[in-house]
Amino acid sequence: MMRLPDIVTFSLQVLVRQRFRTIVLWVAIAIGVIAVNLLTALGEGAKSYALSEFNVLGRHTLITLPGKKETKGGMPPFTGESPRSLTLKDAQAVARISGVKAVAPLVVGNIEVSYAGKLREAMVMGTSRSFFALRHLDVAQGQILPDRGLFKGEAVCVVGQKLRDELFSAKSALGEWVRLGDSRFRVIGVLKEGGTSFGFDMDDVIIIPVVSAQTLFNVDGLFRLFIEVRFFQQLHQVKQKVVALLKERHEGEEDVTVISQDAMLNSVQEILDTLTYAVMGIASVSMLVAGVLIMNMMIITVSQRRQEIGLLKAMGATSLLVRNLFLCEAGLIAAIAAISGWLLSHILLFLANSYFDDIQFHSPWWAQLISIVLAMGLAMLFAWLPAKQAASLAPVDALQGKQGR
Amino acid sequence: MIELRHLNKGFQVGEQKVQALDDISIRINDGEYIAVMGPSGSGKSTLMNILGLLDRASSGEYLLDGINVTALNEEQRTKLRSEKIGFVFQSYHLISRLTARENIELPMMLAGMSVKLRNKKLDEVLEKLNLQDRAHHSPNQLSGGQRQRVAIGRAIVMKPSILLADEPTGNLDSKSGAAVTALLESLNEDGITLIVVTHDQAMGARSHRQLHMFDGRVEQPLG
Repeated sequence: MMRLPDIVTFSLQVLVRQRFRTIVLWVAIAIGVIAVNLLTALGEGAKSYALSEFNVLGRHTLITLPGKKETKGGMPPFTGESPRSLTLKDAQAVARISGVKAVAPLVVGNIEVSYAGKLREAMVMGTSRSFFALRHLDVAQGQILPDRGLFKGEAVCVVGQKLRDELFSAKSALGEWVRLGDSRFRVIGVLKEGGTSFGFDMDDVIIIPVVSAQTLFNVDGLFRLFIEVRFFQQLHQVKQKVVALLKERHEGEEDVTVISQDAMLNSVQEILDTLTYAVMGIASVSMLVAGVLIMNMMIITVSQRRQEIGLLKAMGATSLLVRNLFLCEAGLIAAIAAISGWLLSHILLFLANSYFDDIQFHSPWWAQLISIVLAMGLAMLFAWLPAKQAASLAPVDALQGKQGR
Repeated sequence: MIELRHLNKGFQVGEQKVQALDDISIRINDGEYIAVMGPSGSGKSTLMNILGLLDRASSGEYLLDGINVTALNEEQRTKLRSEKIGFVFQSYHLISRLTARENIELPMMLAGMSVKLRNKKLDEVLEKLNLQDRAHHSPNQLSGGQRQRVAIGRAIVMKPSILLADEPTGNLDSKSGAAVTALLESLNEDGITLIVVTHDQAMGARSHRQLHMFDGRVEQPLG
């Protein structure tokens, strides 16, 4: 029986001395592994990005929006027409519920902003001081809105970075007066660069006290009311209290919707499920493509060596030994290629992740495992099949390059 | 000693059944030098394949040194082949990625021989074939005659009792052909049973016995 070190030496000789063939196989297998890892990482990245977009509120927060929506089968729309508005007085009442740590009303609208002749459309958010803590907003310069109660307006504003840059350029914005519609507001703070969250580009907003915003836009309802509870365990309890209180305040009509992050995540679960299926679909398609590539390369390169197989048999190699020689060779190249492909895909993902801040790409462990196992399995299977077929031929037929009869 | 009794071999080619060997009975003694001659399609190659245990007969018996090989399984036949039979082919069939020395080493490697013993035998064979200075050349750096000498080295390194050569000089010019023929004949003088398929009348004339084949039959020479 041929000795194991000789089998390995024989296989290595093939790989080292038939370099072109080895490189082609290497590339085919490595591309297969890389494709699976990168594509699934892409899908997973998109999924976790979507997930994080719905995660910004934090687990302690409830959102109240005017209008009762049937929430089955989808999430409530962000802009709903409401029969009765949610008012600041409602917000004040909610703030007194036990278990509520803070409330932050929100009124939004677009308006023209001007400073020193520069004119620009911008989004105004009317809210209170507690909004900043709730949304994890902080200022880079100056201060956040003062705490003067919900009902007191003041002509002050906090502006986003991008807006500051565009209106004031190199000048300091603090203490300057900007015009919003017909009113003038003094800049007291500039937000830290925050990126996009929950559909709002926080670099491109102006934050003013909620009453001032109601006056500016001539509305008395609220767009949203954010409620922060003291303890997560009380979330559901507080939610029921809020619904009950608002129903009482609105003459027995349940005309508001209160949602928690969990409920929102549940309602977007369908989207997330779809994304998961998409990731799996991407993975299987890329595995299929990689598999066919590996299969073809292996069949071609092994079939080219039918004569050698016939010769080995004529010189006293059994069919079993021929099979082992080819499996050893395919196993060696497949292992080297699969592992280098795996490493390369991690390097590429690392580079992508250090380039993009918002989306992080990580290939799920099962995709990594399957990509390696599949690449090696296919390489060995499709080395074994043609080798077995050639070994089962009469040696002379294989020597003459016949394809079998 | 080789003994064939009423050996038949048929192929199915499409609709047609071809009788490649038709009731062949021959006896070849140890140390004989046999030339197998005949037109193409006469069954020479099929006979060589069966003699070399590369192919099986459809019916009849084949006794090799008293062993009925028709009864052996593939594994046993392979073992017997590696111990008793060496092959030389018209187109050499050297493995191009291996050096001359490694090509000759291959049968010993396949048989699981120790490295030490392999090296000893390699040195002997290379010296005998006068290939020492070509040992580390790859086949495509060698002339046709040198390649066939390497192939003969590979065939005899396991010290087989039978050497089967299928047109060993068919691809060579007359000078290298003569050298290869001389080498094969000297191996025969050392005791190996030499069976050569050849078109070379001179070689046939020097052999102990000629087997003329026609349509799958052997015409036994007179005397």
